[in-house]
Amino acid sequence: MRLTLAVAARAVGVGLPVAVAVAWVLARGRFRGRALLNAFVHLPLVLPPVVTGWLLLLIFGIHGPLGAVLLNWFGVRLAFTTGGAALASGVMSFPIMVRSVRLAIEAIDPGLEQAARTLGAGRLDRLVTVTLPLAGPGILVAAIVGYATCLGEFGAVITFASNIPGQTQTLPLAIFTALQVPGGEATAARLAGVSVTLALAGLLLAEWLGRRLRVAVGR
Amino acid sequence: MTLAVALRHRFGTATLDIAFDVPTPGVTALFGPSGVGKSSVLAAIAGLLRPDACRVTLDGERLADTEAGIWQPTERRRVGFVFQDARLFPHLSVAANLRYGLRRAGAGATGFDEVVALLGLSALLARRPHTLSGGERQRVAIGRALLAQPRLLLMDEPLASLDAARKDEILPYLARLDTALRLPILYVTHALDEVAQLADSVVLLAAGRVVAAGPLDAIAARADTPLALRDDAGAVLTCRVAEHDTARRLSRLERDGLSLLVPGQAAPLGSLVRVRVPAREVILARMEAAAIGAALSLHNILPGTVRAIAEDAEHGAAMVEIEAGGAPLLSRVTPDAVARLRLAPGSPVLALVKSMSVEVLGTRTLTNS
Repeated sequence: MRLTLAVAARAVGVGLPVAVAVAWVLARGRFRGRALLNAFVHLPLVLPPVVTGWLLLLIFGIHGPLGAVLLNWFGVRLAFTTGGAALASGVMSFPIMVRSVRLAIEAIDPGLEQAARTLGAGRLDRLVTVTLPLAGPGILVAAIVGYATCLGEFGAVITFASNIPGQTQTLPLAIFTALQVPGGEATAARLAGVSVTLALAGLLLAEWLGRRLRVAVGR
Repeated sequence: MTLAVALRHRFGTATLDIAFDVPTPGVTALFGPSGVGKSSVLAAIAGLLRPDACRVTLDGERLADTEAGIWQPTERRRVGFVFQDARLFPHLSVAANLRYGLRRAGAGATGFDEVVALLGLSALLARRPHTLSGGERQRVAIGRALLAQPRLLLMDEPLASLDAARKDEILPYLARLDTALRLPILYVTHALDEVAQLADSVVLLAAGRVVAAGPLDAIAARADTPLALRDDAGAVLTCRVAEHDTARRLSRLERDGLSLLVPGQAAPLGSLVRVRVPAREVILARMEAAAIGAALSLHNILPGTVRAIAEDAEHGAAMVEIEAGGAPLLSRVTPDAVARLRLAPGSPVLALVKSMSVEVLGTRTLTNS
């Protein structure tokens, strides 16, 4: 349970800033290959999670191109570790976070950024003082929904990080394990209850905070 | 000092190809029908739109010269912009909006308190933009632009989205701007009353080109511009209040050798007021002034000379340009009248204007009078 929360926190903590950056590029950038980047970002949403997990294994496994670099240069091993579980669930929730942030950024009137330019604000200045605050509700909702998604991720995690109790066995994996054992239904039902509660709380929190923040930014 | 603009840009099938020089400081109206490209001109001067070819020089400094490869980014041009839709930052208070540009520009000639007083914003400082009325929002937007210490203020139809009452609420503030801050202002509009009240100079645009440009009084009284074809065509004159005749409840206004009697005014003696003399209200006569004055209710019998006559096919009329005492006037009469009076350029003529027909637009001090 605590492991699940920590894994999801790491996934969102690392994934969200990247998601915001990618969403900003997709929403405001004008460059060749934008459609390709967009498709690539959405890939985990449409691929079977097992395939995503396996691809991660190919790339970040200890013999994979990135995995080998991480292991040899930084001594970081991702496959079959807690970090790996975070990476797998982070990748799975990434498109959902990008989508939410991108919609929020696209909903901002580009005229406001133009106004900021005429008032002497450079690109980074505008991003920090106008775009991000106005996208704040969307970013927060992205974080909460992304977190809730991470809590439930199964396929990619079990493929990439395996099902090691205390290390990579997150809530859904524990439920799955319980169901494999004769007489494990009671444990499974208890864990499923926790799962439903967490998901519901996350969604309600996202809704409530989103509304509060929208009022705060005057929209 | 001048603002010189030359630009060429192609939008789909339409082409914008214009060049004009306007004096600074002073208020210049960029006037023309909707869709003629007025806003694009402002966007190019601010650097928000990059035309195919463009040269913008402000008081000798090149903001843009595409041929020489110069294109200063918007944020470094120090050109203020007031948008039609205000564009206040919704997540910031009015005070924070006002300070947004000020913080980045650093303290300058225009102080926070001065702007707050000039635009009547002190009661609004703690409010959020979404709680403001349209007119209040526009005032905050103007203040925010001014506090960024611009060298030039661009205003893109700042009053177009407001109803008549809100418009009247803001116009006096605008009229005070350039005299209070001596800031050159380029003002885009398609409303002639705003031009008449605010502008010192006009640039007339039609079909992507400049059709006429110059001081407002000279342009407004020309018979051959698109302005002369409007129902409300007429001369706009800036006059000095010369006399209040309280017994007759009249005021006498003077401009060069021209003297106009109008219904009694409140403006103090010696102050400048702007008046409009609608062309359709100006009667022409060729006889002795004394003979008319004795017989008619008329107050203003202005001896002058016909300068030009142009056809106004739209109204089945002729537009007659008259110079009376050094002031340009415009009269809309029938072609028949022109023939009967045998009017031609150079003919002496009397322009007859009822005092009630002179529209006094408001007091103002001109920067380049």
